[in-house]
Amino acid sequence: MNTKVSISGITFKNPVMTASGTFGSGMEYSDFVDLGRLGAVVTKGVANVPWEGNPTPRVAEVYGGMLNAIGLQNPGVEVFVERDLEFLKKYDTKVIVNVCGKTVEDYLEVVERLSDEDRVDMLEINVSCPNVREGAIAFGQKADALFGITSKIKEKAKQPVIMKLSPNVTSISEMAKAAEAAGADAVSLINTLTGMKIDIYRRRFALANRTGGLSGPAIKPVAVRMVYEAAHAVKIPVIGMGGIASAEDAIEFIMAGATAVAVGAMNFHDPYTTVRVMEGIEKFMESEGIEDINSIRGINL
Amino acid sequence: MSGKQKCASKVISQKMIADGIYDMWLEADFAGDVVPGQFIGVYTVNKAALLPRPISICEADRKGSAIRIVYRVVGTGTAEFALYGPGDYIMILGPLGNGFPLDEAEGKNVVVMGGGIGVPPLLETVKRLSEKKTPGPGEINAVMGYRSRDTFLSDEFSKYAGLYIASDDGSVGVKGNVIDALKESGKKPDLIFACGPMPMLKGIKSYAEENGIKAYLSLEERMACGVGACLGCVCRTKEADSHSHVKNARICTEGPVFDASILDL
Repeated sequence: MNTKVSISGITFKNPVMTASGTFGSGMEYSDFVDLGRLGAVVTKGVANVPWEGNPTPRVAEVYGGMLNAIGLQNPGVEVFVERDLEFLKKYDTKVIVNVCGKTVEDYLEVVERLSDEDRVDMLEINVSCPNVREGAIAFGQKADALFGITSKIKEKAKQPVIMKLSPNVTSISEMAKAAEAAGADAVSLINTLTGMKIDIYRRRFALANRTGGLSGPAIKPVAVRMVYEAAHAVKIPVIGMGGIASAEDAIEFIMAGATAVAVGAMNFHDPYTTVRVMEGIEKFMESEGIEDINSIRGINL
Repeated sequence: MSGKQKCASKVISQKMIADGIYDMWLEADFAGDVVPGQFIGVYTVNKAALLPRPISICEADRKGSAIRIVYRVVGTGTAEFALYGPGDYIMILGPLGNGFPLDEAEGKNVVVMGGGIGVPPLLETVKRLSEKKTPGPGEINAVMGYRSRDTFLSDEFSKYAGLYIASDDGSVGVKGNVIDALKESGKKPDLIFACGPMPMLKGIKSYAEENGIKAYLSLEERMACGVGACLGCVCRTKEADSHSHVKNARICTEGPVFDASILDL
């Protein structure tokens, strides 16, 4: 049975990854999960300098999901390299570093700083966080802006580049095509959907940031549809995510056209979700007589 | 077994001890490792509610491998927990966070201060302080704040500590807050361990600073993962902590108990 998948010449032992921001750099979840069993660890977003993030409350539960407005709090790339990357050296898994910034220069500084780090297998560029005012999503909601930043990052990056797309757009196909045209090696989607919750007793927004990103099983049908549309619009690989809770969910994304999948908010519900999804995929392949995971990708529906 | 884990835990007993306040004993292998002030994440069966509910550990029966939680029903999750009875299983994650530094109590007069649903974790705290042999702490007193006459757990505190009560409506003890009750008691603590709502903790922090008293505060915030990965539950600190490298420490991991002097509340 083959569960290996390949993206831009990098081979992953299986298609199950972690979604950025839901798994730290793996350290906290290594108490529960052998990181060596994952296809890849995708780290929390890292910027050129430390970011404080947003005021609290930063999270709120909603029906079938949650809203978050963390605001990309991170210790900056230097601490990340010394501590998080060093930690990840112990594990036989691929490392995808999520990069965030407020200006193009911020992103490029991180990309260049990481260019000689052997432990970084790929870069995922976050142009889709709905919770920071400057940068980030400003690059992810207009096709020409996405094209521009992708081209500039591709000029500097030594590792393959994944552009992480926002679902808060009119046409996900147009955005995926813009990333591909600018040279992106892959796209990942979806980031969270912008949402809001109001505490009716306190007459306040549930989040200090007022709006936040919706994730969890509630968004899965939207994510499957967008992965399907993106996968049919571009030739580069698509990494699918959005509410994956089980192997069945992951296989839906693969059948919609995803080469790999990522588990996000469900890590908070069950720290073992990633491994459970991976083992479930193997069981599904066995019971359905599937020899190669790649054979069910984007099957004719 | 040590170290945090997610497991199905059997309910031993549950009863309502005050209006909307429930008292549950659960089997837990890790009971022997619990430090007072630590908490667990409790999961709902309702799949529409994803996140573990952070609930403080009220007591740990180290020999019987059981823990006790006392919680208020505030939403769909806790309303579901209130329906559980003996023999039911409930998914829990724990023990989480850092508890109160009991060793610092050595030779000191300690006052624990709790408000509302911040009262429960202080029960195990006074129990453990009172068990300490020489050289143990000096005098142990508890100042508890309630909304009204429903002074849940207060009789149990009186087994381990001198008890002083404040109530919002004055129906029992001193009318006012826990600081009013502390002043009224005439007790002069060297060390305060406190848990309760933010306005109360801010008041205690100021009181402790003005009077040169060392204080440890247990904070509460909306949490998601409970294990330090998501950075949802942070609190402002005066200096950047060694994990975040910004002035936002994780309540679930560096806390929930913090030295009051490092906080910027």
